Amino acid sequence: MLLSVENLTKRYLSGSRQTTALDDVSFTLGKGETLGLAGVSGSGKSTLARVLLRLVPADTGKVHFEGEDWLTLSGASLRRRRARMQMVFQDVLAAFNPRATVGSVLDDPLRIHSGKRARDRKQDVATLLDRVGLPTGFADRSIREISGGQRQRVAIARAIATRPSLIVLDEAVSALDVSIRETILELLVELQQERGISYLFISHDLAVLRAVSHRIAVMDAGRIVETGAASQIIDRPQSPAARALIAAVPRLVTDAR
Amino acid sequence: MTLLCSIRSLRVTYHGQANPALDFAALDIQAGGRLAIIGESGSGKTTLARAIASLLPENSKHTGEILWPARSTPLPGRDLGFVFQDPSASLNPVLTVGEQVAEGARRHLRLSWHDALRHARDLLERVQLPDPEKALKAYPHQFSGGQRQRIAIAAALAAQPSILVADEITSALDMVVQAQLVALLNELVRDAGMTLIFVTHDIALASGLADRLAILKQGKLVETGAAAKVLAEPESSYTRTLIASHRSLSSPSLLRDTSA
Repeated sequence: MLLSVENLTKRYLSGSRQTTALDDVSFTLGKGETLGLAGVSGSGKSTLARVLLRLVPADTGKVHFEGEDWLTLSGASLRRRRARMQMVFQDVLAAFNPRATVGSVLDDPLRIHSGKRARDRKQDVATLLDRVGLPTGFADRSIREISGGQRQRVAIARAIATRPSLIVLDEAVSALDVSIRETILELLVELQQERGISYLFISHDLAVLRAVSHRIAVMDAGRIVETGAASQIIDRPQSPAARALIAAVPRLVTDAR
Repeated sequence: MTLLCSIRSLRVTYHGQANPALDFAALDIQAGGRLAIIGESGSGKTTLARAIASLLPENSKHTGEILWPARSTPLPGRDLGFVFQDPSASLNPVLTVGEQVAEGARRHLRLSWHDALRHARDLLERVQLPDPEKALKAYPHQFSGGQRQRIAIAAALAAQPSILVADEITSALDMVVQAQLVALLNELVRDAGMTLIFVTHDIALASGLADRLAILKQGKLVETGAAAKVLAEPESSYTRTLIASHRSLSSPSLLRDTSA
């Protein structure tokens, strides 16, 4: 088992109101497996991602990642281990320093985590670009002058730079045009099969989750209300939350009405 | 159906841009119809919606004609309601919801503030906002994204326009909220007999709502026609690509060697 999450709880206080963002959340994720995490806005998906990435602390609960008590790691040992759990977000422009070049974005994690010399890292940057289907000449481009789809490829290259065992993808393809979205999904599946990476794939779009997930977990109001094989959740949903998500996927109506 | 709007040789170039954002020969819009303008980013779909609504920036250049054979050019806010993609940008954060929805009714229907606020209350009820009376005095930040978009729809309808333009109104929202908003739009347009211009990147979403489709790619109109015909027998290869790249719940998984 790569990742096991036990009884995570997280509450936010806003003014006098208390919101339970995570309510006793437990799940496991195996090596090379994709768990799709579905749910509407405010169901707790992104809070779960942030807790796992150690961006916000949990109130209670435990996380075991690669055999370590993940939530108690701190300082240098946390920094070192972070290389193993990477992330890709929806708004890729906001996720990058706007003045950065593609090359510097990819060099940062290598410099921090690989300990290699600058010349060797340059070769690694070229290899990474090539792996995500971008020309190596892209290293000198500004992160702002490339297209949204190309930028998401750079974000994926950055995520795989440190050879992680887990990548958390939070709505990573939601803002992309459909034709580009498909090629990014294919790239992610290829990288998984090649390197055995596990994905926690967060989306409100069950059609996307079906494409890439082995299993799907459905969240509602901070709780995981249903977990199962992707096909089982789509074909025989049990919870009202899963049924609502399935009903909401737009159907392509091609017959005359 | 009667012809509402006839667009000929439209070419729009934004300030400081070398290439036109939009450049095509002809598009007709029928009164009382539901036209979906479909395209990916950079296709010119928002530019077309704004051109129809006379909402292009003043420093943009446009040539060609947008003709309204049976009426004068619709005034946005009065004859034409516009709902934008991002309700947190289109609603004023320091005005109450009541003031913003009532404003159009006060200005264009010449109602008193008292009557305009009562009208606003009815509109908030029609867009199914919970507790409309209380909502009048609340501010946009107190609502969720989906509720804010309902408020923006109510504001767009305030002056009882005959045309409603909805520009990617669900793309910032989750799918369950998207489905609710599209159902609401469907109902409002049907009840009021309005002409709907629905801008989207999602051909499947458009297929459930529109009776005519206009498909744009890089500023060109690649195909237009009755929705059922375009979807069943697409003529352009681009339309076929859009249909083929639609991912539905029954599309095959991308995972190999698995039972999922």
